[in-house]
Amino acid sequence: MRTITATEAMHEALAEEMRLDPRVITFGEGVATKKRDLVTEFGGKRVRNTPLAEGIIAGTAAGAAATGLRPVIDLLFAPFLTFAMDELVNSAGKLRFLSGGQFSFPMVTVTMTGGGWSVGAQHNHNLEAWFVHAPGIKVVMPSTPADFKGLLKSAIRDDNPVMFFADIGLLFQPGEVPDGDHTVPLGKAIVRREGADLTLVSYAKTVHTCLAAAETLSESGISVEVIDLRSLKPLDEETVLSSVRKTGRAVIVHEASGLCGVAAEVAAVIAEKAFASLRSPVLRLTGPDAPVASSYPLEQAFIPQADRVVEAARRLMSSEL
Amino acid sequence: MTTVNTITNPELIGFRESEAGTDAIRQLETMLLIRTFEEKSASLQAAGQSPSMCTSVGQEASAVGVMGALEAQDLILTNHRSAGHLLARGADPGRVMAEIMGRSTGYCKGKSGSLHISAKELGVVLTSTIVGGELSLAPGVGLSVSMSDSDAIVACFFGDGAASEGIFHESLNLAAIWDLPILYICENNQWQAFVHRKETMKGDYISEWAKPYGVKSRTVDGNDVESVLAAAREAVEYIRTEKKPFLLETYTYRLRGHMEPDDQSYVDKNELASWKERDPIRLMEKRLLDRGTLDHDDITVMRERAQQKVEDAVLFATESPYPSFDELTTDVYA
Repeated sequence: MRTITATEAMHEALAEEMRLDPRVITFGEGVATKKRDLVTEFGGKRVRNTPLAEGIIAGTAAGAAATGLRPVIDLLFAPFLTFAMDELVNSAGKLRFLSGGQFSFPMVTVTMTGGGWSVGAQHNHNLEAWFVHAPGIKVVMPSTPADFKGLLKSAIRDDNPVMFFADIGLLFQPGEVPDGDHTVPLGKAIVRREGADLTLVSYAKTVHTCLAAAETLSESGISVEVIDLRSLKPLDEETVLSSVRKTGRAVIVHEASGLCGVAAEVAAVIAEKAFASLRSPVLRLTGPDAPVASSYPLEQAFIPQADRVVEAARRLMSSEL
Repeated sequence: MTTVNTITNPELIGFRESEAGTDAIRQLETMLLIRTFEEKSASLQAAGQSPSMCTSVGQEASAVGVMGALEAQDLILTNHRSAGHLLARGADPGRVMAEIMGRSTGYCKGKSGSLHISAKELGVVLTSTIVGGELSLAPGVGLSVSMSDSDAIVACFFGDGAASEGIFHESLNLAAIWDLPILYICENNQWQAFVHRKETMKGDYISEWAKPYGVKSRTVDGNDVESVLAAAREAVEYIRTEKKPFLLETYTYRLRGHMEPDDQSYVDKNELASWKERDPIRLMEKRLLDRGTLDHDDITVMRERAQQKVEDAVLFATESPYPSFDELTTDVYA
């Protein structure tokens, strides 16, 4: 076990997978500039810079994936994905089905998002739910360096297009990462903290918010279970449902805007499949239906903070809704 | 290093290198097959017996000429107006018709319809119906090829409409800087859905647009199959030797509407008439009659043969089952 940052963990994952599989290549805006060690080890054909043109980066990845390579592309900030929607959604996501299964698209799109750098709404926009809604595409968004590494390795090995959302606020957070070939399966949530009274469901940086809230709540005798979804598609319904069936209460927390977001989906799953176990309504704590401001206090206020989670949990426990 | 998806049935490929007279006859035969096939599909649509398709009537020489210059190992990306490309590549007309009619025996199990037909066994590796989609995918296929031991090239068919999209410029630029073995074929058919090309661009030739990117290009008479074939062979030779992209513009005309049905009320009658005078099939028939390669009876026989193949294709399609409802969610994920 070593302590490294999420950024280092992702870099390790990519290097290890490139070592294991000569079909893995990586390209994007500044990829070869920033990853000189990979250029040195694997050569300039497998590690490439590209023009600042997300459409052709993503399209090239899809074309390469369909014909034998396994590209990992860096599209920098999530709002830039809007330039690559045709290639990701219409091509990579749909052409397996439309071709009757003749082609697969084993490719990973890495993109950064979330508050923390005061970059404003055209560089910070949590778009993960858009891709959950797009058929043929898998979506992950990790919260710890170990998961950044393990999920990226699994995403590279997966035969489907995977969107890898990297929370900006976590990129330089250190954490323990197991030695060796550490992988985390796609589609498996993890219980970060066990509890009996209430379930907090989250992913990415707000997992840590939920853990802090759980600690606070424990001081007043409220036992909180915290689930880190890690994969948004496939969604690990079973881990969520078995927790809610135990606790009877659920709050879903994420930074992305709430309307038609991942929390809405999780709430619906709970309502459809664990209604009989519920002892109170399901709550969502999410970002507002607004672009994110650059100003640091406003950017932070956009994100559900621990005091809001604590307050919501207390309301549920007292049923003062 | 990598294994690129390559054709598994090379014997299915259309006409190949052979004695010149035979080549020319097979070109005409293939153009007749495409014309007959697409007109039949349009009439089935009009009769309410088939979904709509986008025909390439008037553009057959481009498809047949370019495909004639490709080898079995070469990979192809096409677009919504693809039946001509597929048939010229040697696709089974029955399976193409079945796909258009949504039957399980189609190349894509009926899931594609006319718009997105890929056929891995023919090297038709990706088809995107979003105008410009094929241009976005082409560099990746070129990259796979260039990183393998293969000597294959990639042929990417698009139109003047797609050339007006930003992705055309992104694609050409990337292919140029990465030295990708791609033959870009712009079938400039003068129409961008329901808008004439003259409304959307200055100048007349897309080939001019390749030059600033350092990509060699050429415009050829897209209605003369022998000219297209000769130009495509030169381009392919250049790509295989130099390992660089090339843009070949086949200057042609869409004789039918954007899709079926389309009354073409927006089309200038004089322009349409002048291009009908240059119908690629009539041009080739006249040439082969003048040369004494064929006589009128030969042409009648060839037309009947094409008709028979298409009737067989329709029979195969209509007798094929629709996909089962399980297919609604199969093939979504690997």
